[in-house]
Amino acid sequence: MAEPLLEVKDLKVSFRTEDGIVRAVDGISFTVAEGEVVGIVGESGSGKSVTMMSVMRLITDPNAIYEGEILYKGRNLMGLSQDAMREVRGEEVAMIFQDPMTSLNPVYNIGWQIEEQLNEHYDLKKGQARRRAIELLAQVGIPKPEQRIDDYPHQFSGGMRQRAMIALALSCNPDLLIADEPTTALDVTIQAQILELIKNLKRDFGSAVVLITHDLGVVADIADRILVMYAGRIVEEGDKEQVFYDPQHPYTWGLLGSIARLDRPRTRRLTAIAGQPPSLINRPRGCSFRPRCPQAFDRCSVEDPALTSKVGGGHLDACHLSVEDKRARRDATINPELAESA
Amino acid sequence: MVAFVVRRLLWMVVVLFAISILVFLIFFATPGVDPARQMAGRNPSAETIKSIKHEFGLDRSLPVRYGLMMKHMFISRDLISYGSHTRVIPEIVHAAPVTLSLVFGAAVIWIVFSILTGVAAAVLRGTIFDPFLMILALIGISIPVFWLGEVVNLVTQSRFHDTFLFSWVPPLGYTSLTEDPFMWFKQLFFPWLTLSILYIGFYARVLRANLIETESEDYVRTARAKGLSERRVLFRHTLRTSMITFVSLFGLDFAVLVGGGALLTEVVFGLPGVGLLTYNSLTSLDLPVIMTTVVYAAFFITLASALVDLVYAWLDPRVRLA
Amino acid sequence: MAVFEPEAEGIVLDAEETGGDIVGRSPWALAGRRLVRNKLALGALALFVLIVAVSFAAPLYANHVADTNPFESNISGTVTIDGKTVDVLQQGGGKLGLGETPIGPTWRSQYFLGADNQGRDVAARVLYGGRASLEIGIGSAVFASVVALIFALVAGFFGGWTDAIISRLMDLIWAFPLYLLAISLATVLLTSPNGLTISFVHVSADSLWIPLVIIGFVYVPYIYRPIRGQVLSLREKEFVEAGIAQGASNLRLIFGEVLPNVASTVIVLMPLMIATTILTESALSYLSIGVQPPKASWGTIIQDGQELLYTRPWVAIAPGIMIVLTVLALNILGDGLRDALDPRSKVRVKA
Repeated sequence: MAEPLLEVKDLKVSFRTEDGIVRAVDGISFTVAEGEVVGIVGESGSGKSVTMMSVMRLITDPNAIYEGEILYKGRNLMGLSQDAMREVRGEEVAMIFQDPMTSLNPVYNIGWQIEEQLNEHYDLKKGQARRRAIELLAQVGIPKPEQRIDDYPHQFSGGMRQRAMIALALSCNPDLLIADEPTTALDVTIQAQILELIKNLKRDFGSAVVLITHDLGVVADIADRILVMYAGRIVEEGDKEQVFYDPQHPYTWGLLGSIARLDRPRTRRLTAIAGQPPSLINRPRGCSFRPRCPQAFDRCSVEDPALTSKVGGGHLDACHLSVEDKRARRDATINPELAESA
Repeated sequence: MVAFVVRRLLWMVVVLFAISILVFLIFFATPGVDPARQMAGRNPSAETIKSIKHEFGLDRSLPVRYGLMMKHMFISRDLISYGSHTRVIPEIVHAAPVTLSLVFGAAVIWIVFSILTGVAAAVLRGTIFDPFLMILALIGISIPVFWLGEVVNLVTQSRFHDTFLFSWVPPLGYTSLTEDPFMWFKQLFFPWLTLSILYIGFYARVLRANLIETESEDYVRTARAKGLSERRVLFRHTLRTSMITFVSLFGLDFAVLVGGGALLTEVVFGLPGVGLLTYNSLTSLDLPVIMTTVVYAAFFITLASALVDLVYAWLDPRVRLA
Repeated sequence: MAVFEPEAEGIVLDAEETGGDIVGRSPWALAGRRLVRNKLALGALALFVLIVAVSFAAPLYANHVADTNPFESNISGTVTIDGKTVDVLQQGGGKLGLGETPIGPTWRSQYFLGADNQGRDVAARVLYGGRASLEIGIGSAVFASVVALIFALVAGFFGGWTDAIISRLMDLIWAFPLYLLAISLATVLLTSPNGLTISFVHVSADSLWIPLVIIGFVYVPYIYRPIRGQVLSLREKEFVEAGIAQGASNLRLIFGEVLPNVASTVIVLMPLMIATTILTESALSYLSIGVQPPKASWGTIIQDGQELLYTRPWVAIAPGIMIVLTVLALNILGDGLRDALDPRSKVRVKA
């Protein structure tokens, strides 16, 4: 088994605040293999963004405390000097963000911004950077790149802007691309195009992708493996088929149930997961999902479930229910009308 | 672009006239105020007042008086001061270089030091230097400039004048640059420092606040994600955007000062600039000089605000290419 | 176990289950807490209160400590120091030594800071001056805020022609260089020695109302602008629309919904406004067109002290120090208030 590209080992990220210490990421471990597309799914506050921002060491909050290791190609990124880390950023690991309008500097044109990154990491002759930038814009599907390269971010449409951001991120051929909610700010039709583009990155650039989103539907097509996060921890982990067809954790069921589907027998309201995420300052005893879990029983308030493989095949989950119980209750939870008619 | 310039120029003219009318009205139409009586001195007789009124054309109707004044100011350019009985425009021309010398020198000092201080405070955030620098800046904006000038004079002209530190400081006054550049410099040195302290304090704070706000913008995060050095992120991304506000504010402040806003400094250091001229004319109700200096000041301010808009458009492509 | 019911209400959580409180706190309470933690701002507030208290206790000082009337000339007076009787104005001053010099600081209860050209007790005058400066400073800031608030609420809320006219007027006033406007108004309104009479209103020439209203007037546009902007954006907000849907009258909306939100802006602006008005008043008084004799303010005392600057510097220095302390305290307080109400300020937090 080849060495994983990225290996996160028991990462904990906390923030000192006026109200106490917020445990945003509470001990997570996972790997990303070369060329793999991993989807991290969770609601706001689940810790998914903080995790990947920590990989890039982009968190500037002076009140952040880190524990654990982040190994990239064997090197622990947490231990690198600022200079060394800067070489990693952009060149080895790149990141694109949710809102391309605010994520691109409004006073410089797109070409300048791409060239800035190229010139930072490579020693290029005059004109080389510009040519490469035009090439990149063409690769991400922007028409007439030789004209649009001199345009400013506000002159692009939303989808084009995100493509430009992707071009920027890929300019130095990173082996890992982190995409933090890349489609959330875009129209649904554009979403599909961007996701298609990301899917092809593996083919065209050979990069691995970590796709962060709150919407399971987004990762359905392009992810190889999926991690479900809740309250700073991973609650379920598996490959795409496993998570979609044999989900083991009630939270995942809730997420699946809240996806609009075309094959429901009759129209009904989307299921919401009732309740609020827990306080990240004072963790409740037992399972952190218990207050919102309709399946909770007495063991759940006492013992914190560990992320283990109960079902086998690399499929992990953090729930006390037995596999049989889970499968029995699952369909009723996700698709009650299908269960009724069964 | 041309349309923009034309529109701004027209607006400028409108504002200039509006201000001149407003000033005219303040001095001549406020109930209970009689400039002829003021000019007549103590316990004037009715005849004296009447003859003054006639001499200065104050017994004509308001619009006529205003019209005459504007004609003398702009067309024949032979407006005469009530107080000195000499032409007004040469007086202003004579005073202008004094003010310009004062304001330019102070501006150079304050730009350099406020940028240094503001950037230093933002970069050194979290250490003891940040609050230290900001307290200094706060003190700077809390000192009345005329009092500071007096304290400076006390130290340089009197108390420590005999020490090597300040023995070179000449008596208060102004010498033109062409006449004696060294004297010009020596006489302006402390006025420059005094005037700039207030502005250093203000601009350092503004810049620091802007830098910190821009730090949390998404595109700065992207710049870091690109692997750029901190220095590059600071200068090319954070500072670049913060300077837009800095420049706009600077433009307006500079214009106000050039137009006569530095009068307190001029008074304290005995510099015969436009500010001092304005002040003297206002208090002696020398209306021709008042009107001319007001128009002079308003001109610079409206010009500056138009220029600032232009610079804004140049610096921010979203405005330029909307 | 219950089947997950799609129509079920949200599960009720009690504090134990959520593992701690997510107690809702109003933004005011949060701000108050943050302000109290800011030692510097609290210190500044204490200093300001102290200065106000001391200044308003001026009569007490003058009557019981210094035993003087600081508004009366005392040219031929004497004072007893260490048992010796000393002339308040002494021979031997000025260029040729033929003038008179007031005594310097005695650092005792009488003439603590010395005397001025009229033989008056400087320390007592500085305290009285503080009273005048603070009254005008605070008064004009409040005046400007109230006037600006009224106009901003009306203009922002009713929009259309009302807004256009009021805003243009404010723009015009603001286009006027501040010092020009202030000096013009002051000169004009202070010309008559018998006081100012405008229709039925009459004030004496040395009334503090004149500088107060002038300074307040000049700063109205400064407060008007941000408040109007806020009113405009609040008007579009949902809760105002909700109020309209409930059938609330315009007045009710203004006072009930918009005003409380705008209030915080005004409150944060207040200390800074007062700092600005105090500085403006001192400048006008220094130029002799602010507070008029026989009244005194910090600015007028600095003017008094100008002739004596090289011989008896304390006359000019003492009021200046008071101004710096007061304005500095207000600036620090203003910063503290702003930081307390703005959640984004990231400071290093103690674990």
